[in-house]
Amino acid sequence: MTATKLGGPEIQARPAPGPGKSPKSVTGALIKALLLGLTIAIAIWAAFPLIDNEAWIGLAILIATTAGLLHLYLTPRHIPLKYLAPGTILLILFQVFPVLYTASTAFTNFGDGHRGSKQEAIVAIQTASVTQVPGSQQYALTVATTGDPATGPLVFLVTDPVTKQVSAGDADGLKQVDATVNSAGRVTAADGYTILTTGQASLRSAEITDLAVPTAGGAIRSSGLSRAYEGRAGRAYDEGCDCIRDTTTGQAWTADETAGAFVDGNGERLAEGWKVGVGFSNFTRVLTDPAIAGPFLRTLVWNFAFAIASTGGTFVLGLLLALAMHSPRVRARTAYRVLLVLPYAMPSFAMLLVWRDMFNTDFGLINNLLGLDVDWFGGSASARLAVILVQLWLGYPYMFLVATGALQAIPRELSEAARIDGASAWGGFRRITLPLLMVALTPLLISSFAFNFNNFNAIYLTTEGAPFPADNPANGATDLLITYTYRIAFGGGGAQYGYAAAISIFIFLIVALVSAISFRRTRHLEEVHA
Amino acid sequence: MRIRPTGVAGVAAALTCALALAGCGGSDKNPSSNPSAGEKADAAKSELVIWADDKRSAALKPFAEKFGSENGVAVKVQAISKDQQTTFVTASQQGSGPDVMVGAHDWIGNLVQNGAIDPVQLAAEQTSGLNPNALKAVTFNGQTYGVPYAMENLALIRNTDLAPEAPKTIEALVSQAKALKAAKKVTETLCLQVGQNGDAYHLYPLYSSAGGYLFGQGANGDYDPKDLGVGKPESVAAFKKIATLGEKGSGALKRSITPENSIATFTGKKCAFLVSGPWAITDVKKANIKYDISPVPGFDGGQPARPFLGVQSFYVASKGKNKALAQEFVTNYVTTPDLAVALYQAEPRPPALTAAFDQVKGADADLAKFIDAGKDGRPLPAIPEMAAIWDPFGKAEASVVGGADPDKTITAAGKTISAAIK
Repeated sequence: MTATKLGGPEIQARPAPGPGKSPKSVTGALIKALLLGLTIAIAIWAAFPLIDNEAWIGLAILIATTAGLLHLYLTPRHIPLKYLAPGTILLILFQVFPVLYTASTAFTNFGDGHRGSKQEAIVAIQTASVTQVPGSQQYALTVATTGDPATGPLVFLVTDPVTKQVSAGDADGLKQVDATVNSAGRVTAADGYTILTTGQASLRSAEITDLAVPTAGGAIRSSGLSRAYEGRAGRAYDEGCDCIRDTTTGQAWTADETAGAFVDGNGERLAEGWKVGVGFSNFTRVLTDPAIAGPFLRTLVWNFAFAIASTGGTFVLGLLLALAMHSPRVRARTAYRVLLVLPYAMPSFAMLLVWRDMFNTDFGLINNLLGLDVDWFGGSASARLAVILVQLWLGYPYMFLVATGALQAIPRELSEAARIDGASAWGGFRRITLPLLMVALTPLLISSFAFNFNNFNAIYLTTEGAPFPADNPANGATDLLITYTYRIAFGGGGAQYGYAAAISIFIFLIVALVSAISFRRTRHLEEVHA
Repeated sequence: MRIRPTGVAGVAAALTCALALAGCGGSDKNPSSNPSAGEKADAAKSELVIWADDKRSAALKPFAEKFGSENGVAVKVQAISKDQQTTFVTASQQGSGPDVMVGAHDWIGNLVQNGAIDPVQLAAEQTSGLNPNALKAVTFNGQTYGVPYAMENLALIRNTDLAPEAPKTIEALVSQAKALKAAKKVTETLCLQVGQNGDAYHLYPLYSSAGGYLFGQGANGDYDPKDLGVGKPESVAAFKKIATLGEKGSGALKRSITPENSIATFTGKKCAFLVSGPWAITDVKKANIKYDISPVPGFDGGQPARPFLGVQSFYVASKGKNKALAQEFVTNYVTTPDLAVALYQAEPRPPALTAAFDQVKGADADLAKFIDAGKDGRPLPAIPEMAAIWDPFGKAEASVVGGADPDKTITAAGKTISAAIK
């Protein structure tokens, strides 16, 4: 808000510096050159993987963005844009893009068993079905070529383990050749062939893996670089029927483009599927799944209670401490402040795990210290109290810090004036200090609320949602929507990213609604007090 | 070990994946690595990338380098310290995964359905050199998917100062422990981790002894996802027996014994019996406890207590850039005893390669005891449907141990699991 108020006229007032004649400092020019150089370097670094993956649209966006940036900062015009561009780019990169990506994922079945393309699934199914021809033997393999080691056509020199007879095989089949073999049966020299060293062969790894030398019973394939076996693909893709066919039984699995899997007549699907768009089915599933829709309300209520208690509790505690520390009569304030901020300095990840162990019924510090025998995470009420207590401990230093900062920004004269006017200490605080504080702190409280509403770690690292009712292992008493849905999306049946994305969009909508309402109310607050 | 419900890092991986799939993640196409000097210039371009967890990657490094210098290729061993399976699947999909992955055999079902690993073709003399149970574990849909190198299963580890005799049944164990408790020598009956949300892996020996099963097995030993045992009358009966060991029963099973404190409670001499695997031995030795290893005891008159057999294995990544070399390494190099012995020294689990096992068993009596404790064991199911078991089964366990009605609890867990499997 200040940027537009103050920045507007200032920018207009400033004359546009002409090229070459502006009195810019050398340092400024250097920093500019450095930053632009860095931009180009990052662009070049990012371009290589894009080219490798043939992501041409991505590359075009990259080039356009870089060119746009260079144009923007190398020409003297578009001054407001110069200020806006970095922030906008970061916003797009870290906010808009992930949201769009999540939204687009929500309409697919992306997840375990549906990660890649149909082509990848076909390749996986065929590769997985290659088995050794029954009764066949393994051969000693030497990879050779009739031309240049790096580019010449590949030949498999396979040695029969019994007769030591060497055959040369390529895509046309096997033919016998004369060659010298060593004790392991591998060819050391053969007329007309160049033997590849392991290093040379491994450079052509993909070609070697793909080479199948046709035989009567199947094909000779490599098993590494020193052994070969006669194998046969048990399943093959048939383009005519768009299905996978079992080569021995003739059983067929037809591609189901809505499910992203090959399905047979009985509805049995092959494990390897692919990613397809599923429309709104992930969203409707959230609404109709009794496992979610059933306990949804209860979880939502607790979720609000948790977020409000965590935010409100830490705020009250932090504010009280900040007020206490604000009083000039307190000695050694710095020392106290350092002590108070300590929990904030600890990594919350580790602290949550420590707290979990402290609540252990038999070995936990809390029961042992207080001589209690409370089954903390075993009862709904005690488990809820425990996670809120942990949040209080973890969260109050933040509130203490921001409240201290806000308090120092309020002129002391105001409360002194109130005193002179006859207000009590409490009255002055309630009518003068607190409203002024709230103007500064409400946006922070809202963001803190939004954070706590989705505070995955707070629950997952302590109770994991426990306690669970005996008849419902899916929804626990301390589960937040986020931990609950995480379990549903990733707990059973593997990872389901598409479904998880749909659920997170619902959560996003709830948080957005709450935040919008709160911000609206804050604006009233500002209008009254500012 | 086993699939744990993907943790917080799973979320991080999902986010990374979200960014990476859209072309945001720069993939490291030209990693600079030269393990041994004096390699040919073109060999630097040909590289084998192996992923393993921290301990194993340290043990693998010298062997990988030896393989590299023998064959004139560069080999890079990278340590992946958390959520190896998720990281591997995600990285594979976006084309930045390894050529060879080291991991537990129960990942196979999930890795196959995501097209992340290829089968390996072992010669007859190679398969005959492997422990048959280990080989069985890495077989999925009739294909061998990895080369096993180490095995693990639960056993009963006991403090021989406190309990000189190995109990034959769980009832005998409880009465032995009760006497020790009465004598104020210990405070806990049994260190078997349950935790707030249960632990299906550690409960399974008792569950199977009481007659319960997770998935039925076909004639060839393959698990049948259609035959879910949780929620069946056998499982209810099993949990009724387990409830007698719970907090309202003899107190042998308690939710306050967690994965974090179970080994520490044993090494702190607060309990005489620990149900754990070979990974606990390092800590037990460090604590200077006189110990012995015996099979996990089952219920009196029940079936044998069957621990899960886990197998650590080398996989060839489907989307690796150097698959031929990866196949060469996994099928023809990992099947040599030297590597298996080195990996054993990095972490004392029984090697799956018979030759390596014979080589180290003389110096380490624990290995044979662990193998003996696992002789009735069943391979940990590698089918993708197993992922649906862990969480609901564990929670049902925790509820029953805490005193909930077994019938109601297990029926509900069975419903949740079958809904997830569909």
